[in-house]
Amino acid sequence: MKDDKLVIGGHEFSSRFILGSGKYSLSLIEAAVKYAGAEIITLAVRRTNSKDHENILDYIPKGVTLLPNTSGARNADEAVRIARLARELGCGDFVKIEIMRDTKYLLPDNQETVRATEILAKEGFVVMPYMYPDLNTARDLVNAGAASVMPLASPIGSNKGLATKDFIQILIDEIDLPIIVDAGIGRPSQACEAMEMGAAAVMSNTALATAGDLPAMAEAFKQAIEAGRKAYLAGLGRVLTRGAAPSDTLTGFLHD
Amino acid sequence: MENHYFVDSDKLSEAALKKKHMLETYPSSRTNHMEYMEGMERIKSDIMDKVITEMKNYDYSQYTARDVNAALNHDTCTVEDFKALLSPAAEPFLERMAQKAKLETQKHFGNTVYLFTPLYIANYCENYCVYCGFNCYNDIKRMKLNMEQIEHEMKVIADSGMEEILILTGESRAQSSVEYIGEACKLARKYFRMVGVEVYPLNTDEYKYLHECGVDYVTVFQETYDSDRYEQLHLMGHKRVWPYRFEAQERALMGGMRGIACSALLGLSDFRKDALASALHVYYLQRKYPQAEISLSCPRLRPIINNDEINPLDVHEKQLCQILCAYRIFLPFCGITVSSRESETFRNGIVKIAATKVSAGVSTGIGDHESKYTGKESEAAEGDEQFEINDRRSFDKMYKDMSSEGLQPVLNDYLYV
Repeated sequence: MKDDKLVIGGHEFSSRFILGSGKYSLSLIEAAVKYAGAEIITLAVRRTNSKDHENILDYIPKGVTLLPNTSGARNADEAVRIARLARELGCGDFVKIEIMRDTKYLLPDNQETVRATEILAKEGFVVMPYMYPDLNTARDLVNAGAASVMPLASPIGSNKGLATKDFIQILIDEIDLPIIVDAGIGRPSQACEAMEMGAAAVMSNTALATAGDLPAMAEAFKQAIEAGRKAYLAGLGRVLTRGAAPSDTLTGFLHD
Repeated sequence: MENHYFVDSDKLSEAALKKKHMLETYPSSRTNHMEYMEGMERIKSDIMDKVITEMKNYDYSQYTARDVNAALNHDTCTVEDFKALLSPAAEPFLERMAQKAKLETQKHFGNTVYLFTPLYIANYCENYCVYCGFNCYNDIKRMKLNMEQIEHEMKVIADSGMEEILILTGESRAQSSVEYIGEACKLARKYFRMVGVEVYPLNTDEYKYLHECGVDYVTVFQETYDSDRYEQLHLMGHKRVWPYRFEAQERALMGGMRGIACSALLGLSDFRKDALASALHVYYLQRKYPQAEISLSCPRLRPIINNDEINPLDVHEKQLCQILCAYRIFLPFCGITVSSRESETFRNGIVKIAATKVSAGVSTGIGDHESKYTGKESEAAEGDEQFEINDRRSFDKMYKDMSSEGLQPVLNDYLYV
C-alpha cells in the first residue's frame, strides 16, 4: 500500500480523494483538506476571477495541487479560453475540463470535451476531462492526450451514487488511464464501492457541502476511499449469485 | 378596477390631464395591447401559447392536501405537482415545503449566496403604467446620467466591493437609446466582472449589440401574465404591447446572451396564476434553450412617490415563501433573486431555503449612490426613485450578515468568454 501511488500526467499523489470547493464556506476549505487528507482540490476559474474581497485562492493550503475547472464553458472554444486564463492566473498546468450546454442537469458534452482535450493537451496542460461514461468517448480522450478520464456516477449534486456503475466498470476494464469517478457520489459507502471496482480516485463536493459536519464527513470519505482501494488491491472474494456452491461439479465426468 | 392607482398632478396641462382621464376611463381610447408596433420583431415560438394555455386552465381550488402530499413525496416535481404546491391546499405544508426546498437548493448551490446591486442610469419613461413611480404622468424629478456621471456612480459602487451590476433605465427609447445603454455597459465592464441589464424589451440584433458591449444577462419582468389585466394597467406606450414583452427573453438568448430572468410583479393580478406562468415561462425556455442560465425574481408591489397606497394586497410573506419554495422544488437548477423590496428578516430567512441571490447597497433613484453610500451631500442633481425599498443594508453589512447566517457570499461566478 505504501508504494501505491495515483499517477496523473507523470505527477504522483498518495491521496485518492479529490475535493471540490465550490459549494461550502471558504473558511471550511482548510479543515476539509486536512480531514480528507486531500492533495488535489478543484476550483472554478470563473470564481477565482474575483477581485480582492476574499479570494478562494487565499484559502487553499500550500502544497495542495490546484485543479482549476472550466465550469461555465458551453463549448470547446470557451473551455480552452478558460483553461488558458487559469494558467495566467497562476493555477498551474492541471485542468479539469467541464463543458455543459444544459444548465438543468449539468451533463457534460462528450464531443466538445474531446475537442478541448486535444487542443489543451497539445499546449502542455495535464488534462482531466469530466465526461459521461461512454467507452468510445473515453478512447477518443485517450487518443486526444488526456491524463485521466473522469466519468460521472450520477448527475452533479444529486448524491445518488453509482447510477452508471456498469459503464464505469467498462471504462476501468478497458482504459489504461486513471478512471476518476466524479459527480453524484453522495456517501462514503458509494465512494468505497467505486474504489473496490478499481477506480483510481473519487471526487466529491456536494456530499461534503450538504453534510451536517463537514470535516467529519471529509474524514469518513477518506477512510472509505482507503478501504475501497485496499479491498481492490487485495482482490475481492467471489460473490455467489445463486444458492451455495455445488459439491458435485457438472464437469466431473471429464477424464482426459 | 381599483382606482387607488390613479393620481393626478397639478403640473399636467389640461390636454394631458384630459388624455390621462380618457385612457383611464375608456378602454376604447387605448391601443390594442396584443398588436405589435412598428419596428417590433416577431419571432416564431410556441412558448407563449403553452404558458398561457396552462395558466388559463389552472384552477388551484381543485387541489387537495392529498395532491400536495403526493407532490412532496415525488423525487421529481411534475407540472401537476407544481400546481398543487402553489395552491391554497399547500399552505398548511409550508414547513415541509421549506425543508424540501432547502435540500434542493443545497444540492445545486451548496451554501453560496450571490450578491449584486442595481444601478439606475435614467428614469425617463414614455409609458403610463399606473402602479409605477416612473410612469410618464407621475410628477417626479426626471434625470438621465451622462457617461461621466455613470462612471462616477460605478466607481462608488465598485469601491464598496461589489462585482456584479444590473443596469436599469426607465422605458424610453427616445431618452435612453440602445446606444446610450450600450456605452454605459462598456463602462460597467471596466469596473465590474458581471454586467446585466433590465431595460425596455429589444429586438434580437439590439440584444446582440448589447452583448458585444459586455452584457450577458437580461432581466425583463412581464408584470402580469394575464393579458387582460395587463391591458388595464399599462395604458399607453410601447410597453403596452404584451406579446412583444413576453418574447424578450427568447430574443435575448437568440442575440447571444448567456442568461435571462423572468418574473411577474406579484400583487397586480391573481398571484397564483402569475407565479405558475412565471415558472412555466422559465420551464419552457429551458427546454428550448438548455444552455441558458435562467433565473426567477419575485417582486411584490411597493409604494411609489405620490402614491403610498400601492401594496401587494393578498401576497403576504407566507404566500411569497410558498411561491419561492414551490419554484425551488419545481426548478431546482434555477437562480432565485430576492430584491430589497423585501425586509431584512425575510431575506435572511429565505436565503436559507430557496433564494440564491440578493441585492445590497440598493438605490432605485438616479445619481445618488455617493450620497447614499457616504452620507456626503451631493452637489449634482438626483432623480427620484422608482419605488421605496425595504431592506437598506449596505454591501458590507449584507456580506457580514450572510456570512454570519452560515452562508458563503459569492461576488462573481462568471467569465465573459
